[in-house]
Amino acid sequence: MTRARRIASAAVAVAALAVLTAAAGPAQRFPQPEFESGYRMPTMQTPPARSSLWQALDVALLAGALGLGAWLALRRRSRRGVSLLVLFSIAYFGFWRRGCVCSVGSLQNVAAALADPGFPISWMVIAFFALPLLAALFWGRAFCGGVCPLGAIQDIVVLRPVRVPRGLQRALEFVPALLLGLVVLLAAGGADFWLCRLDPFVPIYRLHGDATMLTAGGVLLLLGVFVARPYCRFLCPYGALLGWAAALSRRRVTITPSECIQCRLCENACPFGQIREPTPVRPPEPRERGMLRLALALFALPLLVAAAALAGRGAGPWFARAHRTVRLAERIAAEERNPAARRTLDSEAFRSMGRSNEELYAEAADRVRFFRAGGGWFGGYVGLLFGGNLVALSVRRRRTDYEPDRLGCLSCGRCFLSCPKERERLKRRPAADPAKPSP
Amino acid sequence: MNAAPDAAPETRTSRRDVLRGLAAVAALGCAGGAARRASAARHVWQIDPDRCVQCGRCATHCVMTPSAVKCVHAYSVCGYCDLCGGYHRPSTVNPDSSAENQLCPMDAIRRTFVEDPYYEYRIVEALCIGCGRCVKGCAAFGNGSLYLQVRHDRCVNCNQCTIAAACPAGAFVRLPAEQPYVIREVRPDAERRPAAAEGAE
Repeated sequence: MTRARRIASAAVAVAALAVLTAAAGPAQRFPQPEFESGYRMPTMQTPPARSSLWQALDVALLAGALGLGAWLALRRRSRRGVSLLVLFSIAYFGFWRRGCVCSVGSLQNVAAALADPGFPISWMVIAFFALPLLAALFWGRAFCGGVCPLGAIQDIVVLRPVRVPRGLQRALEFVPALLLGLVVLLAAGGADFWLCRLDPFVPIYRLHGDATMLTAGGVLLLLGVFVARPYCRFLCPYGALLGWAAALSRRRVTITPSECIQCRLCENACPFGQIREPTPVRPPEPRERGMLRLALALFALPLLVAAAALAGRGAGPWFARAHRTVRLAERIAAEERNPAARRTLDSEAFRSMGRSNEELYAEAADRVRFFRAGGGWFGGYVGLLFGGNLVALSVRRRRTDYEPDRLGCLSCGRCFLSCPKERERLKRRPAADPAKPSP
Repeated sequence: MNAAPDAAPETRTSRRDVLRGLAAVAALGCAGGAARRASAARHVWQIDPDRCVQCGRCATHCVMTPSAVKCVHAYSVCGYCDLCGGYHRPSTVNPDSSAENQLCPMDAIRRTFVEDPYYEYRIVEALCIGCGRCVKGCAAFGNGSLYLQVRHDRCVNCNQCTIAAACPAGAFVRLPAEQPYVIREVRPDAERRPAAAEGAE
């Protein structure tokens, strides 16, 4: 038996008896041999990561696709063009690029980077976050219409859309904004990029993934045959941001190219239920009652915000449990109280790292503090959301024509051809084309 | 107030313009705030081997099957022992390549004779599932030359790595894409073992 073997055997025997704890770094128990046979040591293979140059191309294509989508929906008024853009997005941003980092997920990176100075973030991620928002500020939700791969995959399965009852739709349309607050809170607190882990469509683009998420994606797509784009309308938090940006947009999709003739032919053209009909000429109630309702809503707004902020602050420790450290600290504390408790993999791992419990408790307490404050902000935001909606509902707006909803219109262009004025324009156009070069 | 009787379209537009300006400033402010420390390179996930506790979740929690995490071998750190803590089960009596002695459930480690008494251990990446059993053995009984790394030809670089979310040791870090691996190297002043230590018996 050689010495090396003896040493190794002894080490095996000793360590097998001892509790298996992980070594801290390479110990170099057995020095490297000096080979005499001319043996050449292989080197470790390090296949490179996808180059950052690709990411620059992604950003350029995103910007180009946003411009193209806006041009197709606003200037060219071509549903076919938007459909082709949808196919391109599925192919490039979906199957070729395979999802990450997408604009929807990037909002978590931005939130995390704003909250934690140590969080690494790259220019590409920021571009993916900001470009669709800026585009929405000027041209509406061109991103949703044909650029976002998550929307695109749902867009091609809209085959038999049914009308979601208006009340239910309005209620469900709160969900994205609520999720936005929650997702930002969790990402800023360093707990989790929840949105990315629960993304139902990326596994489809990867043709690979967790069975649960693949099933969820399949179910959503199946549902999407009847309820058009369920993820975009009732879940996507980035869509909520884009909706607010689009509400302020300089230009937006119009159903008619010239003037609305109130023919009602477009009423059912939108599978997303985003076409708003003209308001009745006579107000539905006396002016005084409307004023009273608005006054009540304005009075309730600060109360709602304050109450929800307090509730959110109270729920802070509950939010904090989304953070690993907080859960671990709870577990360790429980095991300290009850030594007979079964140790989990996580508590075992913590004990093997040789850190003190107090250090962990302090770290967890810091996170709980963060989530208490963050929960307060989140609550205030929810209160503002509801209170603001009450106020908005109490303000009477006049609409004389059929128009797409400012927030909800996804710039897909499905309504164009339902308008007789549009058909008239298209009929005129071939005749106008030869005359085009002359002016 | 709610009636807003015949507000001229221009004034409505201008109010919207102001709001849009504010929103643009907010969006850019958000992006700019995040951009203060932004780097040109993108970031990729990697495992800090010094924090890894070889819990086995890399094999089960990756969105890819088999996992994009594989065992890698830092040959310069390896002791080339004939009884290898990463290759042999702790119960091994006669350290050979027989199946009952092997720790790896996938037969992903190839052991080749170099010169007496040294053996080279090579990871067959196509077979490795990243369970980390060999890593645990090597860390406990050997030099720690075997360790887990995210392989970037397989990793799809999820924005939130599902293994990182499940890692009990918080061993996952984001590295710039230009230097995506943690390379273990032997200290330059480390002593070396002569060949055929103390002569053959």
